[in-house]
Amino acid sequence: MATYTVGQIPYAGALTRSKVLQNARCYSVSHLSVQERIEQKRKAALTGGGQLRIAAQHKRGKLTARERLELLLDPDSFVEYDMFVEHRCSDFGMEADHNKYPGDSVVTGQGRINGRLVYVFSQDFTVFGGSLSGAHAQKICKIMDQAMMVGAPVIGLNDSGGARIQEGVESLAGYADIFLRNVMASGVVPQISLIMGPCAGGAVYSPALTDFTFMVKDTSYLFITGPDVVKSVTNEDVTQEELGGAKTHTTVSGVAHRAFENDIDALLNLRNFFNFLPLSNKDPAPVTECHDPRDRLVPGLDTIVPFESTKAYDMLDIVHGVLDEREFFEIMPNYAKNIVVGFARMNGRTVGIVGNQPKVASGCLDINSSVKGARFVRFCDAFNIPIITFVDVPGFLPGTAQEYGGIIRHGAKLLYAFAEATVPKITVITRKAYGGAYDVMSSKHLRGDVNYAWPSAEVAVMGAKGAVQIIFRGKENQAEAEAEYVEKFANPFPAAVRGFVDDIIQPSTTRKRICRDLEVLASKKQTNPWKKHANIPL
Amino acid sequence: MAAYRSAAGFQRVLHAVKTFDKILIANRGEIACRVIKTCKKMGIKTVAVHSDVDSSAVHVKMADEAVCVGPAPTNKSYLNMDAIMNAIKQTGAQAVHPGYGFLSENKEFAKRLAAEGVSFIGPDTHAIQAMGDKIESKLIAKAAKVNTIPGYDGVVKDAEEAVKIAGEIGYPVMIKASAGGGGKGMRIAWNDEETREGFRFSSQEAASSFGDDRLLIEKFIDNPRHIEIQVLADKHGNALWLNERECSIQRRNQKVVEEAPSTFLDPDTRRAMGEQAVSLAKAVKYSSAGTVEFLVDSKKNFYFLEMNTRLQVEHPITECITGLDLVQQMIRIAMGYKLQHKQSDIPINGWAIESRVYAEDPYKSFGLPSIGRLSQYQEPLDLHNVRVDSGIEEGSDISIYYDPMISKLVTYGKTREEALKKMEEALDNYVIRGVTHNIPLLREIIVHPRFVSGDISTKFLPEVYPDGFKGHMLTAGERRELLATAAALYVAAQLRSQKFLGDLRVSVVPAESRQWELCVELDKGLHMLGVSRSGNNYTVEIDGEKVEVSGEWNLASALLPLTINGKHRTLQCLLRTAAGEITLQYLGTSFKLRVLSKLAASLSKHMPEKVPEDTSSILRSPMPGSVVAVSVKPGDNVAEGQEICVIEAMKMQNSMTAAKAAKVKSVHCKAGDTVGEGDLLVELE
Repeated sequence: MATYTVGQIPYAGALTRSKVLQNARCYSVSHLSVQERIEQKRKAALTGGGQLRIAAQHKRGKLTARERLELLLDPDSFVEYDMFVEHRCSDFGMEADHNKYPGDSVVTGQGRINGRLVYVFSQDFTVFGGSLSGAHAQKICKIMDQAMMVGAPVIGLNDSGGARIQEGVESLAGYADIFLRNVMASGVVPQISLIMGPCAGGAVYSPALTDFTFMVKDTSYLFITGPDVVKSVTNEDVTQEELGGAKTHTTVSGVAHRAFENDIDALLNLRNFFNFLPLSNKDPAPVTECHDPRDRLVPGLDTIVPFESTKAYDMLDIVHGVLDEREFFEIMPNYAKNIVVGFARMNGRTVGIVGNQPKVASGCLDINSSVKGARFVRFCDAFNIPIITFVDVPGFLPGTAQEYGGIIRHGAKLLYAFAEATVPKITVITRKAYGGAYDVMSSKHLRGDVNYAWPSAEVAVMGAKGAVQIIFRGKENQAEAEAEYVEKFANPFPAAVRGFVDDIIQPSTTRKRICRDLEVLASKKQTNPWKKHANIPL
Repeated sequence: MAAYRSAAGFQRVLHAVKTFDKILIANRGEIACRVIKTCKKMGIKTVAVHSDVDSSAVHVKMADEAVCVGPAPTNKSYLNMDAIMNAIKQTGAQAVHPGYGFLSENKEFAKRLAAEGVSFIGPDTHAIQAMGDKIESKLIAKAAKVNTIPGYDGVVKDAEEAVKIAGEIGYPVMIKASAGGGGKGMRIAWNDEETREGFRFSSQEAASSFGDDRLLIEKFIDNPRHIEIQVLADKHGNALWLNERECSIQRRNQKVVEEAPSTFLDPDTRRAMGEQAVSLAKAVKYSSAGTVEFLVDSKKNFYFLEMNTRLQVEHPITECITGLDLVQQMIRIAMGYKLQHKQSDIPINGWAIESRVYAEDPYKSFGLPSIGRLSQYQEPLDLHNVRVDSGIEEGSDISIYYDPMISKLVTYGKTREEALKKMEEALDNYVIRGVTHNIPLLREIIVHPRFVSGDISTKFLPEVYPDGFKGHMLTAGERRELLATAAALYVAAQLRSQKFLGDLRVSVVPAESRQWELCVELDKGLHMLGVSRSGNNYTVEIDGEKVEVSGEWNLASALLPLTINGKHRTLQCLLRTAAGEITLQYLGTSFKLRVLSKLAASLSKHMPEKVPEDTSSILRSPMPGSVVAVSVKPGDNVAEGQEICVIEAMKMQNSMTAAKAAKVKSVHCKAGDTVGEGDLLVELE
């Protein structure tokens, strides 16, 4: 073993010295006071990835994480947490000073929307592409834990390239920590995800676990694997937009609940949406000041249902007419359009609306519409939002595509959701309520509180033609039999005489009746038997 | 005398003279309702007829009985004589009021009624026939010493003959359907080429509208006024003229705004026209209400145009200034009573204006039909001296099958100025949602300096709006009022969205904000505004100028009655979204604004521009209708302005032309197709 003097190993010596010098630059700022260092860190946190990356973010048509929060929250209401948190990765040069950003790649905290508390996180794409480090996950988990403790919603603004690859399993662990909290918070506080940039790989499961996923058109993407991987695995050529853009997820996959034009449009709409939601499962649905008379008659409803039972009309015309100020926040307006769901107010009180849409596929129930309706009903039930159901349903959609796709188990979801719901349930049968679909659509038998029929209602096992073909198979005088069937069954009486509908009402009085019922039902108390959790057919 | 000036005027019980027990109204919409109203006052039972799509229409609900006479297309229902004759038999109606249009001037129908011993509330067959034929009517008028337009009195055989005759009379000439009326089958030609084209279009339109493609040609009087005289004649040879109606404001030969009396006529001209009208009525042994239309040139020379042997659409303004109920008079005359009045009894009391409110888009050729469901509908009936004749209500459908008229809005005043002011107010307070309507145009016409001064002609619209109607042009002061209103409305809505009732978990807003800095966008212009509030009063500062806006700020109401800088204004809020978009109807026109906080506005510059669709190579249907003909096929080369296809809507044929010279890429329609507004017709390369 050779011995060397210090001077004989210049290389090693130089290395040591330079490391010391470097350390002196980044960790020993003895020439600055603590106060100055705090200020410096704060300043660095506020600029995220720096001016160049901010400019690049803007150039993509996207706002920065902090700009987004400023728009989302009431002025001066944001209280930031963990501004000084930094990532803990020491591999691949990540430990270097210039690779550390105070706050890391997410901004977290709480604030107010129209005076009401909300916990928020906003991923910062300018810092490592918004990638999720252990620290990043830890920050999100912290606000989620607190949100559950105090009972306030969580809004996530997602804009992240994915896992922080340099951190390896720590990043994956971070995702799982968030997933777990998403699940724990589910049904406790409302959780909303707004996708404002890429969101790929495992990251997509957090939005998927939240109650609502909104997207920004043209600048946001959600997919498990990107176009490149798709190409190499399945040889499919597909663009990011086609694979996981806003249009795909709001019309084809049903992953996202709504899409907005741009960041500003999305955030302003989110503020509006937030006003419909209660803060937690322990809070009642909010009631806002209402200028629309609760007893307003809606004369247009008296003529909206066409005489021919095969002719379509727009269920949204009924919905808009009945609601406060015609304001309807529709959920999934472009997916499974044969059912309409969304939030609205009646005499200022938030309600959930479910309606069959005769304009699309005759308003029948199929796999997609059942799942869409079921998830919405369960959200309302979890968060004390009364459900108003408008029924015009000819039945479940027949055919091999539906049967092979499992319409039986998917249709069961909607049935299950309506049956287990204990919030006030008001049902209006506007026209057809045929077959099993009648039972499903918040019928009296599933504990509907108030069930109305319009004079145009037909509650029956099926339409006259089909029924007559079965009852009078092979007999002549089918037309006569059909007329008899129509006379007997194609009207609200069979249901009304049995008490399956509480009243037959003039359509123009629908708003008045519902407002009055909601007031009565506000104190409704109903519980389901104790169980660990129910077993909805998934 | 003002008995028929308002709906309330109808409350007066009409003289209980014995007339009919039951009348069938062979019409629909507002005119059916109008006739039923008078019948009710006279104690007469009414029968409505309707097509299947009209089964819950207002006129059906108003009538004592209703009979369905067929499916939606008019030739299968309202023009279906067999079905209507059956309805008469079935209900035992003693008389038929035909309204206007449909069978009102159909001599065949009048004959069949006569054969069944049912009274026709209108003139007898002879007068209908004589006046219904433009060629014959002109001859009779000449003989009765009525001034007529130079022209060719025979039927024109073909396009070439049309060109020859036109050459003899001298251009410009008018080609019109012999059986026509209402501007249908009418074309003006300034040269041989246009004569040929006009001949082709007019004969097609005449054939489809009247089932009679005979055309005639006459000298076209350039820049005339259209003034008509209402006459009333009984079966005993007595006739009266009930003064004139000025109907010069027209688009495509269809009336838009009418008034009575006319600003243009002096008493002598009025009397001369009235007397000629009466002498024509007497010459054809006319009975019932009728209208003699004249063209009046700038030197007050007047020429007989045609006689309409029916109740006119615009009859309410005559009722307003004379105090007569024309429907009542028609019913009495049909029963055989003599006229109740002498010529000296007929007054001109005050001034009446009528605006025809149509479901159509005034920004396209002054009005292309639009259809839809009236999701909200509120007539300005709480205003005094306003009469609205309509046959629809909230929830009604405006369909492609029938005339797109929503209502006739009539205002009355002691003076023209008063009536016009009232019209402004009535239009501002008229709530129509769900269909595009022409209130923007109506509201502009009635305040236009040329209209206000009475300087009008049938060319008013093309002269005043040579590049098409573009909506109200805001003055700087009006722009400020509009911006201020949008800002105040935005703040009122923002404040309300912070009000949660009975919720203890809402943070107490630290001393409710009273100052706002906003950015309002209008027509791509950005305006920074300062808003301060005290109660319901907002002070908005725009470029150093202050605007005071106050009102009740009822955010659910369609109407927004406000006081802006001390002046009363009624605006309407058509749209208000969470993203700050606000659409306001102000002075009749709707304006799209966007209100953003200062912060959101400053960040807006980063938002990506969305590229709108290139429309020059795409031809879309400008209105709902049916395709009559497609003149191109894929691969054809078309010149700019070349006809690509013809769309028929509301019986009007519209030629769709290429916006640029190009090759046809694809054709998405064929003759006979029904198309909706905005449907893709043809794509060019």
